[in-house]
Amino acid sequence: MLTALHHNNDSVFRLSLFQEFPTLMHYQSFGGYEALKQALTGNPVNIIETLAAAGLRGRGGAAFPTGLKMQMVRNNAEPVRYVICNADEGEPGTFKDRFIMSHIPFQLLEGMTLAAYAVGARKGYIYIRHEYPEVQDTMRRSIAAASAAGLLGKNILGQEFSFEVEIFSGAGSYLCGEETALLSSMEGKKGRPRLKPPYPTQYGLWGKPTLINNVETLANISMIISRGASWYRSLGTSDSPGTKLISLSGDVARRGLYEVPFGTTFREMIEEYGGGMKEGGSIKAVNIGGASGVVVPPWELDCTLEYQSCQERGITIGSGAVFVMNESRSILANVHNRVEFFLHESCGKCTPCREGLRQAGRIIHRLIAGEAELSEVDNLERYTRAMQNAAFCGLGQAAGNSLISSLRYFRQEYEEACLDSTQRFERREVTA
Amino acid sequence: MMKLVHFELNGQIVEVNQGLSIMDAARQHGVKIPSLCHHPDQRVKANCRVCVVEVEGQRNLVSSCSTPVTEGMKVRTNSPRIRETVQTILELIFANHPQECLTCVRNGNCELRHLAADYGIREVKGEMTCANAPLDISTPSLVRNPNKCIKCGRCAEVCHHVQQTGILYSHYRSVDVSVEPEYGKSLAEVACVLCGQCASVCPVGAIHERDDIKKVWAALDDPEKHVVVQVAPAVRVSIAEEFGSAPGTIATGKLVAALRKLGFDRVFDTDFSADVTIMEEGHELLHRIKTGGVLPMITSCSPGWIKYIEHNFPDQLPHLSTAKSPQQMFGALAKTYYAKRAGIQAENMYVVSIMPCTAKKFECQRPEMKDSGFQDVDAVLTTRELGRILKQAGVDFSVLSEEEFDAPMGISTGAAAIFGATGGVMEAALRTVYEVVTGKELPNIEFTPVRGMEGIKEAEIDLSGTKVKVAAAHGLGNAKQVMELIKAGQADYTFVEIMACPGGCIGGGGQPYGTTNAVRKQRIEALYEVDKKLPLRKSHENPAVETLYREFLGEPLGNISHQMLHTKYKNRGIYKLKG
Repeated sequence: MLTALHHNNDSVFRLSLFQEFPTLMHYQSFGGYEALKQALTGNPVNIIETLAAAGLRGRGGAAFPTGLKMQMVRNNAEPVRYVICNADEGEPGTFKDRFIMSHIPFQLLEGMTLAAYAVGARKGYIYIRHEYPEVQDTMRRSIAAASAAGLLGKNILGQEFSFEVEIFSGAGSYLCGEETALLSSMEGKKGRPRLKPPYPTQYGLWGKPTLINNVETLANISMIISRGASWYRSLGTSDSPGTKLISLSGDVARRGLYEVPFGTTFREMIEEYGGGMKEGGSIKAVNIGGASGVVVPPWELDCTLEYQSCQERGITIGSGAVFVMNESRSILANVHNRVEFFLHESCGKCTPCREGLRQAGRIIHRLIAGEAELSEVDNLERYTRAMQNAAFCGLGQAAGNSLISSLRYFRQEYEEACLDSTQRFERREVTA
Repeated sequence: MMKLVHFELNGQIVEVNQGLSIMDAARQHGVKIPSLCHHPDQRVKANCRVCVVEVEGQRNLVSSCSTPVTEGMKVRTNSPRIRETVQTILELIFANHPQECLTCVRNGNCELRHLAADYGIREVKGEMTCANAPLDISTPSLVRNPNKCIKCGRCAEVCHHVQQTGILYSHYRSVDVSVEPEYGKSLAEVACVLCGQCASVCPVGAIHERDDIKKVWAALDDPEKHVVVQVAPAVRVSIAEEFGSAPGTIATGKLVAALRKLGFDRVFDTDFSADVTIMEEGHELLHRIKTGGVLPMITSCSPGWIKYIEHNFPDQLPHLSTAKSPQQMFGALAKTYYAKRAGIQAENMYVVSIMPCTAKKFECQRPEMKDSGFQDVDAVLTTRELGRILKQAGVDFSVLSEEEFDAPMGISTGAAAIFGATGGVMEAALRTVYEVVTGKELPNIEFTPVRGMEGIKEAEIDLSGTKVKVAAAHGLGNAKQVMELIKAGQADYTFVEIMACPGGCIGGGGQPYGTTNAVRKQRIEALYEVDKKLPLRKSHENPAVETLYREFLGEPLGNISHQMLHTKYKNRGIYKLKG
């Protein structure tokens, strides 16, 4: 299954065709590093202002305004600062960062360099998940190539600015994609989230102000600097300018990675980009935002991909994973899978996440086994609410999203799984 | 001046100092927010999540322990959403906690159980998921029950950041999380010093002192046994807390009466042997100064500290005073000097100590501590166990009238009383050393620079022209700092006092629950009060001690002293290898 990016004038990615080994020359032939050349002769603040004007927001899930985040790091009195690219792409059903790093690694490096220039950092790290060894390899080779060409390292492009990038491999924990857990793990500590505030912009890696951005966010920067904020705003909508990489999977005809302008509806993604349902099936539910996202029924799919409208309807864009389920799929099985995932990935620090997931897992297990009672569905909902309301970090808070949304839209499926005692008795009789 | 901020607490505008957490700010205004992982002397952990509140503008609830109050903030601490969340979290904890409250050592003073009562938890709806892991009973001091652990992290925090021993920490992840020593080892297999600070901060019954009450009952019930008891200085200013009195209540006389009611044949005082310790340790110091011995000399009263240096700084052992701790001097003297005087066979004697300390249970079992020909101290009860055994015996502490310790080993001075506070041994030693060296009466016997809760305290004293620099450290984190200096040859001290527990023995791991730094201060003040009120305040003026030397020991550092009152230490190393 190949992934394909939309390529036309409306793309933020400098890519024309697939290449086994992306080369610097190839990237430069598409205007790569023009933005850096241009920016390095100007005031670093210009970069921040352009990104703020473009309305770029974090693509990792939290959608924090990128310009503002950079400003916060830049304004810090501490002279030692870091830029970290969060490439711990662990959200199930998400494969966009892998694509960027495998095919347009230099666009990421150029974006990181621009970000470093903007915030005044001399050192950057790309935290790549352990499960992407070939991606780590590509990035290492790309760093070497960029350094050899004077695009990284000392006095980049002959200017005063110096910036080095190093690859840091994760060790397999999903939670380490959470920015503060990522920092802890880089510092050699247990991969557990930290209290916020202080935010990484104030107190990040080794206690220094740190800009942490997702791969896609950083990869957006060079094109915005090249073509300007108003060009970027011509893509997408006024609420959510630009494009978003959507990892489309499940029972659609053409699964893959698509660059989708904001403002597209989820139905359009499935019908137009994904070519509709595979083998003429119909949509039962769509999981948006990965394991930490929501499960919605078909009638919610006319919602547009925009931060505001999605938030209003309780839809989490997250990392941009869209998993489509046809009528043959069981919601319970899907939710079970997600709960098991979180149960495995929880760090165990806080009670609601650790114990809430444990209980949720048991209840869903009993539901699937036909051993649960109706009252347990209410308990499940209550445990999930406690997780959402009170968990320490985003993982625990989001772990309940698929549960709560599936209970909202597909409660019947839960209730049908609960047999009353007579039915259960009868069923035992039959099987005996 | 502290800046003030105003915020809305449940609809009322209130004013608090800037920088306070919502939890502390609310408590100042009469709103008690529940907590489990929070401890006033520890860093914020925000693990348990029972302290969540609503802050206007925040989508989720926030933990009040970790969120500072800001100007204009609107906080609700009570709403259907908060109540449901807190009750659910408590239920979730219970579902993973053995429902053995009736038989639990914490029955009556368990923080989780109090919350269950306050929040009206009448039913645990979840599936019971508690494990049935074996208990760690590998040490004579502590019992670790992993099944009851609620993963609040308070023990690990005190072990890492206060004591810096790094024995207990959080392992694994998700539902496998456990707080235990490295690689699943037992406490006996690691460099645990058995200070019991973990037990002191545990909100539930997951780690606690090993209960030796049955051993003591057996001795008391045995008509053949002559059972004597000694009480450490710190216990007299804390035992009343076990019966509901305020921290810092002085209860020496009632304590003696209570112990007599339990049936001890003699009620003696560790303060007596503390005075003896000063005689031995003080003369040892003078001897080292005169003969060019190893300096600084470091005190050796605290068995947690002794175990710590044996594990972590074995090459520095020559700095330790060879004097035994007051508990062990007492034991050795009780089964020799006292037994002879009273005409009792030592084998028929049973010596019980009441200590604020869990490490004392280990100390009394050290093979070195048998100089009377028998185990010198047979059993150690912590202050908490004393509270329990008194309740078992039906002793109503509140109505007891005050009684006096028995002679001779119950006679003591104020110098001995302050052994229980950090800096106290130093101060007591200086009172005696000064007069022995100078031959003059000390003008002011209170050495305030070595008093108080500051981690490392330094002072200088003029001994007839010789300036002697001394230091007192308490809490092993501070001890470590001092030891690094000594090891590096950068410390110009002559004499150093080290106590394993923060605040000294009054902050020991066996003291009543609720020991915080604020409580420690109150207990310390009480000990200085005890000292002040005693007619004799210098160890060398203790008439019973004079008699002891005249009739039995001869002189400090003499032959019998050397045999009975001094000891040796060993290199324990950090890792115990198997095989």
